[in-house]
Amino acid sequence: MNASKANVGIVIVSHSPLVAQGAADMVRQMVGDEVPLAWCGGDPAGGLGTSVEAIVGAIEQAWSPSGVAVLVDLGGAETNSEMAIEMIGEPRMDRIRICNAPIVEGAVMAATEASGGSSLEEVVATAEELSPL
Amino acid sequence: MTAEGQIDGDRIAELIEAARSAMVAHAEELTALDSAIGDADHGLNMKRGFEALAADAGAISAKPLGEALKAAGMKLVMTVGGASGPLFGTFLMTLGKEIDANSFAGAFAKAVDSVAARGKSERGQKTMLDVLYPLSEALAGGKSPRELADVAAAAAEATVPLKATRGRASFLGDRSIGHMDPGSRSCVILTGVVADWAEGRA
Repeated sequence: MNASKANVGIVIVSHSPLVAQGAADMVRQMVGDEVPLAWCGGDPAGGLGTSVEAIVGAIEQAWSPSGVAVLVDLGGAETNSEMAIEMIGEPRMDRIRICNAPIVEGAVMAATEASGGSSLEEVVATAEELSPL
Repeated sequence: MTAEGQIDGDRIAELIEAARSAMVAHAEELTALDSAIGDADHGLNMKRGFEALAADAGAISAKPLGEALKAAGMKLVMTVGGASGPLFGTFLMTLGKEIDANSFAGAFAKAVDSVAARGKSERGQKTMLDVLYPLSEALAGGKSPRELADVAAAAAEATVPLKATRGRASFLGDRSIGHMDPGSRSCVILTGVVADWAEGRA
């Protein structure tokens, strides 16, 4: 469906590939194929951690002209995601946002919002409602 | 210090090899520090990054200094696997970008600022910045390489009583007190490598 292509994409970045894949499975169950979705997890050697290269790849895979919301777990995932976004560069980097939200709940809520055709700003705001103040 | 611009490739390759060797030698120590207040991967991550850097030493050291620094930084970004990759990588990439247009101390100061921006951190939060800022000031003050290594070591020691308020260690709150910050320790090791190299002992 071309319509789903216009929905905001979701990227899940965890230190653990199992967590990232599991969160992605939950998103798929909630929203089916309505939302472009990709995940990555693990460091460049396959251990726990994150890889800038893999994050760039996941963002490319979930790319939507409406933008991409990225859910991360711990600090290194955020720092590496910021680096990946800078490497993707202008003009697309302006349409990629890291959500300050818990990774599993945030991914599910963001994807649910995205599946209704909401803007990137709305998707990010919905995910971030889950964050403690 | 603008003579840095004329460092030849063999010397750059020597520095890369010395850095790799030091990170391998200290990997377990760094991981032990990180297991106390982080996620026990800093030594392994840095070792992996510097081994990847050393594997590319031939191509990197053939570049002019600024380009070599940028390429080295990008290599760390892509291979370290933790937040240290973008942090140490951004440092080298900014240093490479600024080194031709500034004094070494000036370029170093901009590189430290870029690390602070990348980590959304500041001095006093028990991070590598607590070594990098004192180093930057010592460089601006014209200290010798050996004096710089001493400044770095003392600055890392001074992270021990600090409470972490940024990075993984901040999850521990007061329990982060009493441990040296692993990223600061890495900065000390690398400063020692550069000091030895600059004085012809690497």
